[in-house]
Amino acid sequence: MGGYLKMALAFLRNTWRGLTSMRTALVLLFLLALAALPGALIPQRSLNITEVDRYFAEYPTLAPILDKLGAFEVFGSVWFASIYVLLFISLIGCLLPRCFEYYKQWRSKPVRTPRNLSRMPHHETATLDASVDEVMAATRTRLRGWRMVEREEDDGAKSISAERGFLREIGNLVFHFALVGLLVGVAGGKLYGYEGQVIVVADGSEFCNSGTYNYDSFRAGLTVDGTQLTPFCVRVDDFDIDYQPNGQVGDYRVNMHYQSGEDLETNTWQPYLLQVNHPLRTAGDRIYLTGNGYAPRFTVTFPDGQQRTDVIQWQPADPATMLSQGATKFDPPGVLDEEQRRRSQIAVTGLFAPTAAFDGAVLSSRFPDLLDPAAAVDVMRGDLGLDSGRGQSIFGVDQSMVDQGRLQRVARQNLRVGEEIRLDDGTTVRFDGVERWANLQVSHDPFQPWVLLFSVLVIFGISTSLMIKRRRVWVRAVPHPDQDGSGSARTVVEVGGLARTDQAGYGEEFTRLAADLLGTGVAHSPKSRAAAGPARERKS
Amino acid sequence: MPVNQTLSTYSDMAYATSVVVYILAMLLYFAEFSRGRVATVARSREAALVGAGGDSDATSTPVVGHVPAPEKRPMAERLGGMAVAMTLLGAVVHFASLLLRGLATGRVPWGNMYEFGSAICLAAVVAWLVVLFRQTRTARRDATPSQLRGLGGFLMLPVVVLLFLSGTVLYAQAAPLIPALQSYWIVIHVAAAIISSGVFVFAGVASLLYLVRCRYENNPLKMVKVGSRLPTSQALDRVAYRATVIIFPVWTFAIVAGAIWAEAAWGRFWGWDPKETCSFVAWVVYAAYLHARATAGWRGVRAAWINILGLAVMIFNLFFVNIVVAGLHSYAGL
Ligand code: HEM
Repeated sequence: MGGYLKMALAFLRNTWRGLTSMRTALVLLFLLALAALPGALIPQRSLNITEVDRYFAEYPTLAPILDKLGAFEVFGSVWFASIYVLLFISLIGCLLPRCFEYYKQWRSKPVRTPRNLSRMPHHETATLDASVDEVMAATRTRLRGWRMVEREEDDGAKSISAERGFLREIGNLVFHFALVGLLVGVAGGKLYGYEGQVIVVADGSEFCNSGTYNYDSFRAGLTVDGTQLTPFCVRVDDFDIDYQPNGQVGDYRVNMHYQSGEDLETNTWQPYLLQVNHPLRTAGDRIYLTGNGYAPRFTVTFPDGQQRTDVIQWQPADPATMLSQGATKFDPPGVLDEEQRRRSQIAVTGLFAPTAAFDGAVLSSRFPDLLDPAAAVDVMRGDLGLDSGRGQSIFGVDQSMVDQGRLQRVARQNLRVGEEIRLDDGTTVRFDGVERWANLQVSHDPFQPWVLLFSVLVIFGISTSLMIKRRRVWVRAVPHPDQDGSGSARTVVEVGGLARTDQAGYGEEFTRLAADLLGTGVAHSPKSRAAAGPARERKS
Repeated sequence: MPVNQTLSTYSDMAYATSVVVYILAMLLYFAEFSRGRVATVARSREAALVGAGGDSDATSTPVVGHVPAPEKRPMAERLGGMAVAMTLLGAVVHFASLLLRGLATGRVPWGNMYEFGSAICLAAVVAWLVVLFRQTRTARRDATPSQLRGLGGFLMLPVVVLLFLSGTVLYAQAAPLIPALQSYWIVIHVAAAIISSGVFVFAGVASLLYLVRCRYENNPLKMVKVGSRLPTSQALDRVAYRATVIIFPVWTFAIVAGAIWAEAAWGRFWGWDPKETCSFVAWVVYAAYLHARATAGWRGVRAAWINILGLAVMIFNLFFVNIVVAGLHSYAGL
């Protein structure tokens, strides 16, 4: 029984050791890189759903298999998550003992000077005309800024052990911990953040962040239920857009007003110029301009003389020319009889071109700017299916109603601004003009500042850890046995150096240091060489 | 702001000139290289073979009146010196080409793939010149100047190829920036990405040559022609490592700056866009390189392979992701 327990414990210990070894970290890093690659090569649902659909159409056998493997949602997949979770467990398991060790090293004194300094990777020696104490004093001055200990040795010899570059290890720990922090910050954003899209027509229409139902689409974090959105309102007054002659967008700006916090109570509006690269930041949320398009304005005059006007966004079908398509839907006013109402609902559908070009009667657009607008409309009459309880796209009519014959096309015509169509029952549909709309994205991520902080720490940590060398130097001063004739002291000085990290370049610093300490700074003058001579002899 | 056509034409001319000068420099480097002395391993090997031959006294004793070595060295040395001078000249003209484009368009000269590729090449060349000058300054290391210079041709080769591709297939007329790019972050983020890409190119070439040299050092019969003339594997490994170590934080910074910009431009700081994903992968591969250097059994050849893999991901990120994959970073103008 005890044997099994022992075996189980040994297994656990070995697994843990294996998991926290550098080699495992290396393998996991590779796996992570490998696992992320399909995310760049295969279209991802979260980024581009149309590309995914196209992929399915193009590779009808392969795509479903890839789908099962999660290849279209790599970054949400279990296997991707398991790799980075393992990596971070490994990272933490390897960091904690290193912190402890680092603390111990930091508390302890630089190690004793090795007996045989000539075995060090860097080593130089010379005989100086100075006493041991003078040499020690000069060394202490030169090594200011290094962690130092001085030790007495046998026969009147003294030595100094010094080391430097402790920040390297700190940088390294900061870097790795910041990586953990970064991951936690990103995860926090996924839990507590949200992101919503809404189209607002630029004719003074308003949008308020008072509930998810106000959005066209809303992606909530795992803990967000949409009941506690920070309240603010925006009013889109005007949309300015400049095109270059080649149809490329020069610049766009949304003139808007917003209110949040106290302004909501006093109903004051603050102006803001919303542009790409300049989101509005208010109430802990960010509001971006992510798209634009046209909203044609139609007025329907019913046979009884009542009028209804509506401006609804149409969807750009071709971003280069802004040819748009959509459906503007009308309910006959004042009709109480359900049955009759469902027979006389009206939808104006079709195409809109900001700069019209006709091929025969077929409308297309020549240019994305609003130069010569025209619409090619189909007027549908009947039951729009608005009461069916089924959600329907605002850009089109419910096709099943058309298929059932409950919604019928009653007219088809090209319209310029101001022109109208007269239906058989006397109803008229007039094309009044065009507004622009702005697609706004509202984003909320309370963890973003933390992610930024940890990113900065990552850079700071890695720079420190890669730029700073951990290095040691030892100096030993031994009284020279034969004093010269005048009786003044001579000392044999030995300098040894060791870089503790895999970092090329300690050689130069050591050379300079040794030259200063041994007085050989005057670039190997014959004199200093001569001085070094006897010391070498003595050693052998 | 309208584009100044005159300046843009001058810029194109400077570009073409710099490519020609670089090609000359490359040829000069290779000329020096092919005349370079054959390093000691080969020589001792040769001597051993000759010695084993037994009756080879005639060949091994120098022929009277024939002084081979001292004549060759200065010639090679002079070719090398000319190569470096040409590189410097090329870099100056190349810089002028970018500067003129910047002036012509009134913006930073890295707004499309042509300009981006051009700037990366300049970064690689400048990195190379810095390495050369640093090592002449500290000539007391074991790699003598003429040794590391042996890298020159092999670095200029990819530079010339990339410049040629940028100047032909990827060429774009000088034009203002689209609104999404009008931000000061283009200066910060893209400059950091350009510099790191350029230095990574240099490091990758050094690692590649390291592999060649290692093969030769392990078996002096392999890769003799190239291997024997290359700098020592130690010198190559060190220069690749130092370049990567210096530039890795810059690359990290480039990614973080990109994320900060994405937060303002695209509404989120990270969204696994293909470009973001590939940068992340490259970052992880380079981190793996640094780890490999600290892991027993992974230093040397394996680490060098990882470094080359890192460069491969960077190149893939530059070409494939910009041209083939549709993503937010598709400003290539293609
Ligand atoms: C996202 C994952 C990681 C990244 C990007 C990363 C990056 C780095 C970098 C760039 C270095 C500097 C290398 C050098 O000093 O030359 C480093 C060092 C180090 N890392 Fe990581 N690391 C990661 C995960 C890990 C994990 C999981 C472990 C432990 C199992 C680990 C252990 C170490 C150790 C021990 C060092 C010090 C190496 C030395 O002696 O210089 N790292 N890391």
